[in-house]
Amino acid sequence: MDALSLAGVGAGLAAIGAGIGIGKIGGSAMEAIARQPEAYSKIQTAMLIAAALVEGVALFAVVVALIA
Amino acid sequence: MTKKKIIAVCVAFLFSFISFAQETPVPQQAQQANEPEFDINKTIFSHIGDNHDWHMFDITRKDGSEHAISFPLPTILVNTNPFSIDAFMSSEFEEGHKTVTKGEHTYIMKDQIIYYADANGNATDQKPLDFSITKNVFTLLLVAIIMLLMFIGCARAYKRRPGQAPKGLQAWLEPVILFVKDDIVTPNLGKHTDKYLPYLLTLFFFIWITNMMGLIPFFPGGSNVTGNIAVTFTLAVMTLLITNFSGNKEYWRDIFAMPGLPWPLIPIMAIVEVIGILTKPFALMIRLFANITAGHIIVISLVSLIFIFQSLAVAPVSILFVLFMDVLELLVAALQAYIFTMLTSLFIGLAMPEGHHA
Repeated sequence: MDALSLAGVGAGLAAIGAGIGIGKIGGSAMEAIARQPEAYSKIQTAMLIAAALVEGVALFAVVVALIA
Repeated sequence: MTKKKIIAVCVAFLFSFISFAQETPVPQQAQQANEPEFDINKTIFSHIGDNHDWHMFDITRKDGSEHAISFPLPTILVNTNPFSIDAFMSSEFEEGHKTVTKGEHTYIMKDQIIYYADANGNATDQKPLDFSITKNVFTLLLVAIIMLLMFIGCARAYKRRPGQAPKGLQAWLEPVILFVKDDIVTPNLGKHTDKYLPYLLTLFFFIWITNMMGLIPFFPGGSNVTGNIAVTFTLAVMTLLITNFSGNKEYWRDIFAMPGLPWPLIPIMAIVEVIGILTKPFALMIRLFANITAGHIIVISLVSLIFIFQSLAVAPVSILFVLFMDVLELLVAALQAYIFTMLTSLFIGLAMPEGHHA
């Protein structure tokens, strides 16, 4: 179990976290659009902002994995 | 000079750089019977990092030796004691094979970092201050010139044709600028919009244009500026300075002497709040750096798949994936610029709270 393979495992876990988070955001955005189709662009903007923030957190983990 | 002539001169100036391209032999490690091993780590990190010359492509001559076609960039080194400046072209380093002696200092370049060299030509641990025009610096200056051309041209068009419908570049820029003003800056800053709008517009377009330049694979694009942590660090430091210098009394009171808290807890909360002041720009820095660098690493790895498997059949799959990733990167380029600008304006707006509902 050297540093390189553990770094790979860490990056993979970060990918899982990002996937779950963005999946949930996308799912609730879809539901909201289905309820009220005229608010589509506002919901899309909010979804993209939240997705970028969640992805930022996942990329913190990737950076730490790169350093290791 | 009209705008078309200025653009023509700039494009001709850029293309003239290619005429300075020189040929240097690429070092071959352990020339075996088969081709030398493809080192993916070296490929990735040499494309992500900064270079002292601009590498265009490799050619293989008939005798099988590989030559790199690149044009050199100026190297400017500052020595601190005694203070002196040495400036020369980076071609004198010959890709790290040769040491360069100017006056009493000898330099050698290893992995694109310049060290002092001792008498035998080995690198010591000491480094001079490196103020060279590297690939990233060149791109920063280029993006500055592009932005100046774009915006000054647009502003002049408004003066020349007042009250008419916009056309050309002006027609494209106007909705984007209004989008930044109405959707990003005004909701967060309210009546302070005009003070900070120039900086925030510059920030948005700078990040967007430099992200896009990193995606173009040939000259003058292809340099990873926003994926350089020093660049994002500087942007985050500017956010930190602007936020804290525009803080009003209520902002500072909320950090150091928040109301409604029993007094023994205030020192602890003050430390937490001060850390909070620092982590917000830190997160901005890491987010932009990691997004752009990760995108570039993925694209380079996918293209390197062709070289690792050494088969042409991988090429269509690899190119399709790379196409998909590049389109995603276009979205990420604009999105990261939007997020950075929005969070910066949010932090500036938070530093000027209006009235406290105690």
